[in-house]
Amino acid sequence: MLLGPSLAVSAILFSLGVAGVLLRRNAIVIFMCVELMLNAVNLSFIALAQQLGPQGQVIVFFVMAVAAAEAAVGLAIILAIYRHKQTVDIQNINLLRG
Amino acid sequence: MTEIPEAVRLVWLAAALPLLGFLANGALSLFRPAARRAVTAIGVGTVAAAFAVSVLVAAGLAGSGAHEPVVLTYWSWIPAGDLVLNLAFQVDQLSVVMLLVVTGVGALIHVFSIGYMGEDPGYARYFAYLNLFIFFMLVLVLGSNFPVMFVGWEGVGLCSYLLIGFWFEDKANANAGKKAFIMNRIGDAGFLIAMFLIFRSLGTLEFTEVFRLAPVSFEVGGTLITLITLALFLGCTGKSAQIPLYTWLPDAMAGPTPVSALIHAATMVTAGVYLVARANVLFAMAPISSAVVAGIGALTALFAATIALKQWDIKKVIAYSTVSQLGYMFLGVGVGAYVSGIFHLVTHAFFKALMFLAAGNVIYALHQAYHATHRHEDAQDLRNMGGLHRYMPWTAALMWIGGLANIGLPPFSGFFSKDSILAAAFARGHDAPIFYVFWALGTVGAVFTALYITRLLIYTFHGPNRTGEAERQHLREAPPVMTGPLVILGLGSVFAGVLNLPHVLPAAGWLEHWLEPVTSLGAVFLPEFHLTAGTEWGLLALATAIAVAGIAAAWRLLKPEALVPARQAVPERGIERVLANKYYVDEIYDALIVRPLIWFSERVLWRTVDALLIDGVAVNGMARLTRLFGWIGSRLQTGQVGTYVVLFVLGTLVLLRVMAG
Amino acid sequence: MVLGVFWVFAGVAIVSAFLCITRRSPVASALWLILTLFSLAGIFVLLDAQFIAALQVLVYAGAIMVLFLFVIMLLNLGRQGPSDLRGWPGRLVAAALGLLLAAELWAVRTWAPEEHLRLPEGAIARMSEAEGPVHVISDALFREYLIPFELTSVLLLAAIVGAVVLAKRRL
Repeated sequence: MLLGPSLAVSAILFSLGVAGVLLRRNAIVIFMCVELMLNAVNLSFIALAQQLGPQGQVIVFFVMAVAAAEAAVGLAIILAIYRHKQTVDIQNINLLRG
Repeated sequence: MTEIPEAVRLVWLAAALPLLGFLANGALSLFRPAARRAVTAIGVGTVAAAFAVSVLVAAGLAGSGAHEPVVLTYWSWIPAGDLVLNLAFQVDQLSVVMLLVVTGVGALIHVFSIGYMGEDPGYARYFAYLNLFIFFMLVLVLGSNFPVMFVGWEGVGLCSYLLIGFWFEDKANANAGKKAFIMNRIGDAGFLIAMFLIFRSLGTLEFTEVFRLAPVSFEVGGTLITLITLALFLGCTGKSAQIPLYTWLPDAMAGPTPVSALIHAATMVTAGVYLVARANVLFAMAPISSAVVAGIGALTALFAATIALKQWDIKKVIAYSTVSQLGYMFLGVGVGAYVSGIFHLVTHAFFKALMFLAAGNVIYALHQAYHATHRHEDAQDLRNMGGLHRYMPWTAALMWIGGLANIGLPPFSGFFSKDSILAAAFARGHDAPIFYVFWALGTVGAVFTALYITRLLIYTFHGPNRTGEAERQHLREAPPVMTGPLVILGLGSVFAGVLNLPHVLPAAGWLEHWLEPVTSLGAVFLPEFHLTAGTEWGLLALATAIAVAGIAAAWRLLKPEALVPARQAVPERGIERVLANKYYVDEIYDALIVRPLIWFSERVLWRTVDALLIDGVAVNGMARLTRLFGWIGSRLQTGQVGTYVVLFVLGTLVLLRVMAG
Repeated sequence: MVLGVFWVFAGVAIVSAFLCITRRSPVASALWLILTLFSLAGIFVLLDAQFIAALQVLVYAGAIMVLFLFVIMLLNLGRQGPSDLRGWPGRLVAAALGLLLAAELWAVRTWAPEEHLRLPEGAIARMSEAEGPVHVISDALFREYLIPFELTSVLLLAAIVGAVVLAKRRL
């Protein structure tokens, strides 16, 4: 019953996350937008789990574990970059330029 | 099939011995070049032994009275599908004649070389090459199929190249070797094409099979047989120095004189004549090709004789004489007188080898004289000779014998062989008048032959000496090791005529009878031609008259007293100049073929095709294209995460669109 | 009633997510994101995933976001600096791509699982009522997904080590 609206909300949140990634230059905020996208997907999983069984919830559990690990490592990387370049603005981080 | 005589089975030894000599001398030249005695023993010994084996083989064949060729198969060489090639030797009347000539004259020239090359630092190398040449020449004449013959054909070409450029420190000699090699290569292409055509149409390359199948498979005068024989003849023009590929032979005189005698007079250059005689069935079935052979032969005979009139280099005169005499041989085999062609080949081998070796003696003497006084003069220029008969009587006498045989004065051997060719051409004229033209060309050529040979002999041996005051005391007769072989060749030059006397004389036509098993194959397709005894006597008389008149005219017209040494000579004018410059044929070839080829190679093939298209467009273009793509790719790599995300999202949108349908 | 509550949570989540991506201050963004995560936890309860909702609050809104805030504070980015939002071209691109994506996802919003795969209406709710909400997930987690679950521990360990290595000034 709540499946359709949940998926709609999930879609909106995910798009907002993507737009946020495109919009921001601060690496930490971009990171937060990525978390937003992860949560939008989590919502889809939970909504579908209501109809297809609890496996969807298990997946969300794993996503959270991965998100936690990702946050730890990602923030550590940002920390290291900041120490190196005194900035977290991704426009100034372009070592991979061709 | 009759029993193969034991003696004939020995034929492999004739070829194997010189090969062994080559290997031994080759090793010696690499490791012990100073061991002259060993080199001499091996080099001369193996060829002399080969000659002894050849005599045994000939006796065995004659004794067995075999009419069929004896084919001795040694091993399977190239078995490939339908093509089965054996390394096999074919012993028959024709190959035995060649065997005897090659090993006999070859052995004599080996002996001569002991003296002539005695002080050369490349003595061992020289004998190694010479032995290798004898080996390949024997493979050529003994091979029982076209490819084995071709191996010998190429092998002698290789040895010719090596020996022309024997003194390769001088670039001119190396160039002469290259010229010979390349000219021969053009002819060899013809030989190869002929082989391909034969295999394609008959499915075999064995002589016996080809000559058995050809009469039933080809129509007489058909396009295919004409093409095959013309292609074969192209090979002959290269190897036997006929128009248009003759220009290499005079240049080949850059090699040591015994080499000129052996390879470029007596044996290798006659391979073309041998090939035509061997394939007489094919040529007899292609009248057009035969007429071409005869025509080219007659033209070459006359053309080369006129050039020989104004050459000053003693070896060049004899070289053009060789070209001319080879022309006579082709005239003979072209008119269908295969026996006459082979007959002239044999007598020519004697008298031309004799002339070359005698010329070698002269050059040797002059060279020694100039060496003694440390003067650098041309030891081969006729203008530096004169009156030499007083200093080297043996050589003078022997060279006169060779010269008279070459002119065709009775009773020397050349008289009979040349006359039989001209008589055959005259006889063919009865039903095909074009042969009268060829006969006339040959006869005029005979006049010039008498003139240039007499001129050569007079300028060399008679009149005042022009060598130089100081040098005169150093002029000596050559040592016996060099004059000895000349005496034997002189005997051959005088008496080889008895092998095949004209029909009007007693005991006539012995060689004709001997070669009948070979020539009877082609004779079926040739018109019968017979001359009345009166005509034959008339032709003999005409030949004699020409020879005598030519000698007498030269004797009266030429003034050796008026000659000056080469250094003080003034250049010729008018027609003499054209002749002295050999009709500018080399220059014409240079302008028409060599220069356009070089231009084409440089401008088109090198600068356009290679440098521009292959290097520029293909190789560098590919590199540039790769770099362009790389550049585009690297522009995409901005290092800006934002850009990557935009592209990533765009890709996701597209994928989602596709997957959502 | 339930639908009304759902839309309240959904509205809060969307609005606060929008504010999260548009606020200049990273701290404000983080706080708005926390609000979004809380709202999502509420929606999870409505979708019969009480245990996940609890985890959402504890792990996400609690632990992870605290970590974020901690780093923001550590780097001293909380202060009002120059905006990190892109200029108008960037904003337009972001808006366009975001809307496009939303439209495409909106199109698949009505997709439902096929009938024969579906559990009966309220099956999960009954299950958690009968055996407790933790049992619903733990049953699947410790049977079907035992090995991935154990691997998660390895992943977390690796993340800890990695974070230490990266963040430490000198090893």
